[in-house]
Amino acid sequence: MSLGSDILRGDRRALARALTIVENQLPEAEEIVREIAGHTGRAIVVGITGAPGVGKSTLVDRLAGHFLALGRQVGILAVDPSSPFSGGALLGDRVRMEGRGSGVFMRSLAARGHLGGLARATPRAIQLLEAAGKDLILLETVGAGQSEVDVMGYADTTLVVVVPGLGDDVQAFKAGILEIGDVFVVNKADRPGADQTARELRQMLSLGPHKPWQPPVLSAQAQSGAGIAEIGQAILDHKASSERDPEVGTRHVREAERFLRQALADRLVEAAVRRAKAAGRWLPLVEDVARRRKDPVWAAKELAGGEER
Amino acid sequence: MTGSSEEKATRPIRVLVGKPGLDGHDRGAKVVARALRDAGMEVIYTGLHQTPEEIVEAALQEDVDVVGLSILSGAHNTLVPRVIELLRTQGMDDVQVMVGGIIPEEDAQALRQLGVVAVFGPGTETEEIVRFTRSCARGA
Repeated sequence: MSLGSDILRGDRRALARALTIVENQLPEAEEIVREIAGHTGRAIVVGITGAPGVGKSTLVDRLAGHFLALGRQVGILAVDPSSPFSGGALLGDRVRMEGRGSGVFMRSLAARGHLGGLARATPRAIQLLEAAGKDLILLETVGAGQSEVDVMGYADTTLVVVVPGLGDDVQAFKAGILEIGDVFVVNKADRPGADQTARELRQMLSLGPHKPWQPPVLSAQAQSGAGIAEIGQAILDHKASSERDPEVGTRHVREAERFLRQALADRLVEAAVRRAKAAGRWLPLVEDVARRRKDPVWAAKELAGGEER
Repeated sequence: MTGSSEEKATRPIRVLVGKPGLDGHDRGAKVVARALRDAGMEVIYTGLHQTPEEIVEAALQEDVDVVGLSILSGAHNTLVPRVIELLRTQGMDDVQVMVGGIIPEEDAQALRQLGVVAVFGPGTETEEIVRFTRSCARGA
């Protein structure tokens, strides 16, 4: 039996193995992706993003329980940062998860130097979970600030989680993540200032362009479970609304183009670096740039040479 | 390791660090988790009060090479055999199990006979744990 067909049968170990294969970009990945083609694109993908410590993991856990109780097949992808020095990562999102046994399949992904708040393997990991029968996927980003907005490209619905006391409303204006939210959650709503935070958010959102879907601002206490059912409903409402909204299609095309560009850039850069290394040009150039003898843009131009014409 | 070409060449070792049972002392587990991370590994930390079932399910889903169990409660003779048994039931015989904590030597020997690859007591240098983890993950 091939790994792909084992996944389609719902074999959890096969799914786990395949996730490792796509994460490591091993050659077998292409075969698996081919085998499961036609069984993907069926899940609602919910992105959950927000600053570190706002309660993303706890919220993900409670939402998993909520959708599980509704009869959904739930998958979780949780991304944590890798150390830029050692390449290692401490993947701690399971600490917040209540034991749900094999009912929920959760995988922790290290970002491995990929910027944007997600791991490079994210789109393929989503496809694998879908092939394994998951119809609701919760995608938790690294603790994100103002520009980790990749999640909206993968998610059907993006939840932006905030807490009271993270700065005034100008901070929120700057933050790119406020533009990507389909549903806003003011978590830890028992804390002082929660009402004001929600009010400011609503005000800001009302200044934006009028769209068919007006992102709701919901209060929650993920720890106790308060507000979870409302968030779950908002996710389903947004899904229903976006099926009627032509703008959503446009957004997905725009994001697809961005991802394709990124994937292409990754490949071209890798190939160029490999060539330069093979020709013995890489290290001397790095050295020149490090010693300020050469400007990195000029050095890159030297290496790109062929492709630029 | 941030360069994408290196990413391809080496597959990071994945380790689950878990605390089965009821003791609430997780400093040792955190020190080890941190040391393994700083050595370039991807460490899935499960936190306190895990059942053997939860640990094995997490190890399965995360596709780890090594499971490290930290036990200070004295319940190692119950918890560790159960984890190993569950790993076998799942066909995960290739996952290496290490144990850390307060384990009397005669118990440690029994655990090794069950298939535990290493038992680390108090005062073990983190370098030794890193070295050992690397060798048993790569040898698997």
